[in-house]
Amino acid sequence: MEFLRPATWAEALAAKAGLPEAVPVQGGTDVMVEINFDVRRPPALLDLTRVGDLADWEVAADGRLRVGAGVTYARLIAELGDRLPGLAQAARTVGSPQIRNRGTVGGNLGAASPAGDSHPPLLATGAEIEVASAARGTRMIPATEFYRGVKRSALAPDELVRAFWAPPATGPQYFAKVGTRNAMVIAVCSFAVALHPGERRAGTGVGSAAPTPRRATAAEEFAAAELDWAGRAPLDPGLAARFGELAAAAAEPIDDVRGTAAYRRHAIAVLARRTLAWAWHDYRKEAAACA
Amino acid sequence: MRVNLTVNGRPEEVDGVWEGESLLYVLRERVGLPGAKNACEQGECGSCTVYLDGLPVCACLVAAGQAEGRQVRTVEGLAGGDRLDPVQEAFVECGAVQCGFCTPGLVVQAHDLIERVGAPSDEEIREALAGNLCRCTGYEKIMDAVRLAAARKAGTA
Ligand SMILES: Cc1cc2nc3c(=O)[nH]c(=O)nc-3n(C[C@H](O)[C@H](O)[C@H](O)COP(=O)(O)OP(=O)(O)OC[C@H]3O[C@@H](n4cnc5c(N)ncnc54)[C@H](O)[C@@H]3O)c2cc1C
Ligand code: FES
Ligand code: FES
Repeated sequence: MEFLRPATWAEALAAKAGLPEAVPVQGGTDVMVEINFDVRRPPALLDLTRVGDLADWEVAADGRLRVGAGVTYARLIAELGDRLPGLAQAARTVGSPQIRNRGTVGGNLGAASPAGDSHPPLLATGAEIEVASAARGTRMIPATEFYRGVKRSALAPDELVRAFWAPPATGPQYFAKVGTRNAMVIAVCSFAVALHPGERRAGTGVGSAAPTPRRATAAEEFAAAELDWAGRAPLDPGLAARFGELAAAAAEPIDDVRGTAAYRRHAIAVLARRTLAWAWHDYRKEAAACA
Repeated sequence: MRVNLTVNGRPEEVDGVWEGESLLYVLRERVGLPGAKNACEQGECGSCTVYLDGLPVCACLVAAGQAEGRQVRTVEGLAGGDRLDPVQEAFVECGAVQCGFCTPGLVVQAHDLIERVGAPSDEEIREALAGNLCRCTGYEKIMDAVRLAAARKAGTA
């Protein structure tokens, strides 16, 4: 095995192009488990933790946040929790403090597990993934097109994830996850909602309840059409329940050791209903605070 | 390959490291510091917790090569000579150690908590220790130990 240690982004892309089977490693919280257990013996590890600017984030010219693939969950929570509250909530549920000190959204994207906790909030906020290769340069992939199958993504063998781009929150955002414990659990299922009051719509993301993370499009359309965006009336329980049903209908879950398909569908409906209620409550409070 | 790193303030030059090896293996088998324990090798138990550049991490999930040029502090590096660190003292006094396998990881993790948060609430302690498993104590004595260490640091015990 080789251990490749690029010091710059250009070197990293060149190394990946030269040896596409090289496995990138950032926090190692997925990669090292596989190596320790002999599940994977790649010809090379490509350590990205020395590529300095991968661990930086910035406010881009268009106002969106451009967050490097190497920003850890711990830093995301501490530094971006105010602007990316849904993603920060998801980050708080990842593993343990030790895992959050190492694990990254870039690694979550690289692994592309349907249970990855970053994915629902990235979908709900309309994030884009910036990827690059030495041969073809940079391209932007909307989160909705990034996930292609169980642990498969739109990333080509010679590409690396550079960053994700997400707009700072313009309304309340929530993430909720079902698991057997309050820490260290892979999601049985999860749900994210992001209100975009300026556009009078809600974004959604369903996690761990289909071969890929996905949006609940019908639930989004329903929320855009039916919620009282202008008057901010209290959320009608019937509307919230219907939103939950539509979210559950977007799921395509399986039975596995963590839960049955029927349970997951039910739980998605509950999570969607609850997160919408929390978000709507905050949305109404905001108005009261401004009045 | 060769890895150069600083462990508990001492520069170490380690040869013959396999490229897929973990920092935990390097510390235990090559540097001769068996304090950090190997229990699960998958980040689940926290018994391998060490500081890497000042942040507690699972050493089993850090590739050895990633520690090149970095600062590592293990449980062996907490005590000042023969004097135990206050967290270690509190663990002994409170009976927070039974078989002891989980102890080094818990001590490092609790040490970090107390450095960052002066007077942690029970919730904060539980949250900080959520990634450290103990099969013996039932955690109550561990909670006692962390409370005591924090109180001593704050000068209230
Ligand atoms: C104990 C434990 C608990 C966990 N709990 C959770 C949890 O609650 N929720 C959750 O979502 N995940 C969880 N995970 C999984 C893991 O922590 C996350 O997927 C994390 O985001 C991975 O980030 P990393 O930087 O450690 O990735 P790595 O392990 O370094 O990499 C992960 C994958 O991404 C690829 N990769 C890394 N960087 C790039 C890049 N820049 N470009 C292209 N590919 C790249 C790697 O080759 C690899 O395939 C847990 C893991 C452990 C060990
Ligand atoms: S041995 Fe590293 S977490 Fe268990
Ligand atoms: S004392 Fe035995 S595992 Fe904690």
